[in-house]
Order: sequence, then C-alpha cells, then structure tokens
Amino acid sequence: MKYWREPLDRGRCEVPKGKVTIIDKRCKGCRFCVEFCPRKVLEVSKGFNEKGYHPPEIARPDDCIACGFCELVCPDFAIFVDQQASCPPPAAKAPKTQEVGAH
Amino acid sequence: MTEGHDEHDLQHHNGSSSVHRDRSGTVALHERHHRETGEHPLDHLLRPGRIPHIWCTGCGLGVVLTAYLNGIQKAGVDLDKVAIVSGIGCTGRIAGYINLDSFHTTHGRALPFATGLKLANPELKVSVISGDGDLFAIGGNHLIHAARRNVDMLVLCVNNFNYGMTGGQVAPTTPVTARTQTSPYGCWEHPFNLPYVAAASGAVYVARWTVLHARRLVESVAEAVRHPGFSFIEVISQCPTNFDRPNKGGEGIDLMHFYEKKTVVKNGIDPKEADIGLYTPIVCGKFVDQSKPTYDSCYTNMCTMARGGKK
Ligand SMILES: Cc1ncc(C[n+]2csc(CCOP(=O)(O)OP(=O)(O)O)c2C)c(N)n1
Ligand code: SF4
Ligand code: SF4
Ligand code: SF4
Ligand SMILES: [Mg+2]
Repeated sequence: MKYWREPLDRGRCEVPKGKVTIIDKRCKGCRFCVEFCPRKVLEVSKGFNEKGYHPPEIARPDDCIACGFCELVCPDFAIFVDQQASCPPPAAKAPKTQEVGAH
Repeated sequence: MTEGHDEHDLQHHNGSSSVHRDRSGTVALHERHHRETGEHPLDHLLRPGRIPHIWCTGCGLGVVLTAYLNGIQKAGVDLDKVAIVSGIGCTGRIAGYINLDSFHTTHGRALPFATGLKLANPELKVSVISGDGDLFAIGGNHLIHAARRNVDMLVLCVNNFNYGMTGGQVAPTTPVTARTQTSPYGCWEHPFNLPYVAAASGAVYVARWTVLHARRLVESVAEAVRHPGFSFIEVISQCPTNFDRPNKGGEGIDLMHFYEKKTVVKNGIDPKEADIGLYTPIVCGKFVDQSKPTYDSCYTNMCTMARGGKK
C-alpha cells in the first residue's frame, strides 16, 4: 500500500484482516465492490453465474483489511466480510517517531 | 464546516467499519448465525425469498437499502417499533423488501399515511423511503406540510432525477437540458433543489449524500432516526437504465466514479447553495440540524388541554 506520507505509528499499528464471502448467485456484475475496494482484493471473474453475470473473485485474499466497504456498496447483498484476528503489517518499517525525536 | 472530496468513505484503512461496529443484542446473534451459515449478515432484515430484487444492474437503490438497514440498526432503536412507509416507484419497492413492519402506499401518499401512523402510534419510529417523483411531484404538497408541521419521522428521498419505474419521464428534479422520455429536446424547466425545499418548509434535519457515500449515509440515517422531528435525507442515485443512458452518463459504475470525483462535502452550508445541474459537481453534507417542538408532542399536549387537564 502506498502512502503519501508514512504514518508515524505504522510499525505499531495492527492491521485487521478480513475474510470475504461472495454469494455468486446473487451478483448482478455491477463491479462496485471490485473498483472501490481500497486494497484491490477483488477482480471480475471469467466464470458466469446462473444469471449470466461475472461475479467477483477474491484475487488477493491476504490483502483484505476488513474495511467492509464492499459489503456496504454491493447493491445485491452478494458479498460480505468477516473480521479475522489482526496481525501486524508484514512490511512494517521501524517506527519513524524515533528518528523525529533524534533530531 | 468541512470541504473537499470525501475520501473518508473510500479509504478506510483502520479496519472497523460501520458494518462491524455497534452491534448489540439480538442483532449480533442473528448476525453471527448468518456469518456462520454463509448467509449475508443483513438477510434477517430482508423478507425471505424476495432477493434478488427487481432493480437493474448498476442501480443505486440496493446500496440505499443496505445503508438504511445498517443505519436503523446503528440507531439503536427497538426494531419492533420501526415502521417503513413508501410510495410507488422503483424506490417505493424498498418497503416490500424489508422484514420489518412496512407498508407500500399509493403513489404520492406515503407521507399522509405515515403521519396518521405516527399520530395513532406515537411510540413508533417511522421512516418514509420513496423517490423524487413520489415525494416531490404527486406528493409535493404532503411533503411541504409534513415538514412544516415537524412530524417526527425520517424521510429518505432517493433522487435519480426522473420517474425510473415508468420508463424515464421528466420529474421536478430533472436538471435543465437533461433528456428524458418526455423531454426529448432537453428539459427546460427549473428543477427543485430538494434540501432547500425541505429546509424552507421547516425540516429540522437536512442532509444530502450520494450512494457512493454509503458510510456517511449509514451515520446520517442513524442520526436522523434519533433526531426528534422531521428529518430529510436526499440520496443522489444513478438510474443507468432510464436517466443516465439517454444523457450519456454511462453505466452504474461510471456514475459511481463520477460521484467519487465530482462531489464536494460542505457541512453546514445554506442548502440554497446546493443546486444540481446535469452532471455538474454535487454538494453533499449535513445542512440543517436544529430542534423544534414536534407535531405529535404538540398534538398530545393540545389533546390534554382540550380534555381540561393541564399540559
Ligand atoms: C396515481 C398514479 N399516477 C401515476 C402512476 C404511475 N407512476 C408509477 S411510479 C411513478 C413515478 C415514480 O418516480 P419516482 O418516485 O421518482 O421513483 P423511481 O422509480 O424513480 O424510483 C409514476 C408516475 C401511479 N402508479 N399512480
Ligand atoms: S473488506 Fe475492504 S479490503 Fe476487504 S475486500 Fe472488502 S473492500 Fe476490499
Ligand atoms: S458489488 Fe455485489 S453485485 Fe456488484 S459485482 Fe460486487 S458482488 Fe456483484
Ligand atoms: S429503472 Fe432506474 S431506478 Fe428503476 S431499477 Fe432500473 S436503474 Fe434503478
Ligand atoms: Mg425517481
């Protein structure tokens, strides 16, 4: 994830993890969830559901931060998220607060 | 007063969302059950067997329904005391999908029905959810008078700038120059600015959001449901089938991107400054939040006085 400024407490922040469930048969293929996921977890699948739409698929499950926006913006009650235990960000750098204090 | 693009809605990095917060009692139980069985967490608030709904791909109405159901839970009111009333139209279908007491009235008459409901059952939390045509064309007089009287209810008006259900006719909200079935050369009538009409008529809580502002809308519904008096929320929504196609606005997702780029949040401004044109920037925010005695409390006091008691 790109930040325009590295948050000072990034190394200490726990990032929640989410587990996405897609109810394929309800999806009408609007792509709202795919395009507005802040972590680009979802992609439009190649497969069809029984109505002939392409439901989303979970392309990058580890990136989901359980923000819940896909669940909120889906017009068809076709996707929801469960929050899993949080874990520290894998690529977290050493907290910059120390550097700031050193100057 | 805050200004600027509403990134808060899209960039929510700290995890807990309104979908997961503030859940209590039976709602939490229901939800755990649904999550364990792989059903959607709002399924218990949707009438069994009614999903999929009739709305087109890319229509914003499903987002409004989701936001309302989250907002009403967040308001912390007894769901057995909630009543939803709607008129006729694509938006009017909302009442029929909700698994709470709800009534689908005749066209334009949601407000008089809801006013009677509230007066006869003051303990009810009444929400009217209907379209711009239903509430401001055929039902326009009811709206200004319900607002003037400050009847204690939430009115959630979905503005898609046309009569969606009947094939896309011009509405009192259709922006100047917009093409519809009944304005093939472009609409030349001046549209209503709905928050301005509601505020001028006496509404005590007035806000406007687009369907992309789903998080703000959830918060606003929760706040407005708890606010005593006439609360009015306008939700700008796309109608890709009947309005945005003749106007070349694109598909539902294109309109969502338009809302992302072209909305400005200006809380607290005079709603007079919140006019809308055809695909011009949309001013959103909470414009009015004040208090005033409600119609039902004044009515109860008056009845007590008339019976000879002191109020
Ligand atoms: C008395 C009466 N007149 C006209 C109609 C036809 N009619 C049905 S829905 C509608 C307009 C709906 O527009 P709106 O409230 O904006 O809802 P939308 O479909 O856009 O959500 C009209 C004119 C009707 N059902 N009843
Ligand atoms: S919960 Fe948030 S991060 Fe996870 S898939 Fe949905 S929108 Fe993306
Ligand atoms: S938002 Fe819902 S209906 Fe739209 S593509 Fe995603 S899952 Fe399907
Ligand atoms: S006609 Fe318009 S408002 Fe009605 S369901 Fe279709 S897109 Fe939505
Ligand atoms: Mg309409």
